[in-house]
Formats: sequence, structure tokens, C-alpha cells
Amino acid sequence: MTIVVIVLLLAGLIFFFATTVGILRFPDFYARMHAAGKGDTLSSLLMLLPLALYSFHEMNMANLLVAVKILLIGVFIFMASPTATHAIIDAGYEAGIKPWTKKPEEESENDLAA
Amino acid sequence: MDSFFIAIGVALCFLILLTLHRAIHGPTAIDRIMGVNVVGTKTTILLVIIGTIYHRVDMFVDIALAYALLNFIVTIAASRYFHHRKNLSSRGYGFSYRSEEDK
Repeated sequence: MTIVVIVLLLAGLIFFFATTVGILRFPDFYARMHAAGKGDTLSSLLMLLPLALYSFHEMNMANLLVAVKILLIGVFIFMASPTATHAIIDAGYEAGIKPWTKKPEEESENDLAA
Repeated sequence: MDSFFIAIGVALCFLILLTLHRAIHGPTAIDRIMGVNVVGTKTTILLVIIGTIYHRVDMFVDIALAYALLNFIVTIAASRYFHHRKNLSSRGYGFSYRSEEDK
């Protein structure tokens, strides 16, 4: 069980690292939201699942309650994170941010997005 | 096993610092909201890890749950505010595409 906990925690950390690199390096607001919305949701579950498993190492009622609560955080993040991502994207779209395109004549205008 | 959890927590703190760069230097206000949202999600995970290190998960998991709720409400409120305002460049930062179209 310890091996499963270590592997899942490291996988979640790798996905969080990919999320951070995407947020820092992508050229556009929409592309950054793409990295933030998906990577955050998946890596949150990948890190909460082994923590719930590790807290349940002794079988009794209190540890079961703690593990269920940790999984409840995961369920809430799975509902809340896509909703928040959609709300932010909608606000940016209504504000009139144009998506990033790689046309050579517009490169001087798109320096703001870099 | 405790030192492994401490290493995971320190690495997560480093990633939070990297994300804070986007939350501070983001070109638009929407980028800052996104950075704060990601930092809040990582802080929720970090609280559960801190509880595991101190062997008090039963106390820290309630704090993490409240933090996740608060993070979601803050993100929804801020994005709804900018959804109605439709102007992200009031202080000289960011984009002004819509005003350029109106000219």
C-alpha cells in the first residue's frame, strides 16, 4: 500500500508541474485556462486519493470518516473546478479578448499576450 | 514516510511560488483570477499534506474543505464581477481590443 501511495503522489506532483509550466509558458489567456482547468482537476484527485488511502491505514471508524472527508474534497473539486474555469473563460470572452493566432502580420500586435 | 510527505509539501510550495508569478504579473485581471484559483487549489492539497505530517488529519481536513469552498466562491464572485464590467484595462494593464474595434 505504501508503494501505491508513493506512486500516486509522485504522479500528482508531475501533473501539477505540467500545470505550472503551462500557466507560465502558454501564449494566450485561453491556452493558459486550458492548462489550469484540466491539470488542476486531475492532479488534485491524484494527490487526494493516496492521502485518503494513507489516512485509512488503521481500520477504525474515525479513520474511515477522515478518508471519506478527504474524498469529499476531491468530489467537490471535481464539481467546482470546471465551473470556475467556465466562469472565468466566459468573463474573458465577454470582455473581448481575442484568441491567439500565429499569423505573421499580427505578430507585432500579439506581443501583449506573450 | 514522514520525510517523503515533507518533500512532497516542499515541492508543492515551490510550484505555488511559480504560479504566484502569473498571479502578480498577469497581463490582464482575468489572468490574475486564474492564478489565484490555481494557488488556492494547491493550498487545499497542501493543508491535507500538512495534516498528514502532523498526524492530525482529522483536524486539518475540515480546514481544507472550508478553504476549497472559499476558493470556489472567490473565483465565481470575481469572474462574475468582470463579466458584468466588460473592461479589463482600467488601470493601464492588459488588453483593449473592444475599444479598438469601436473606433
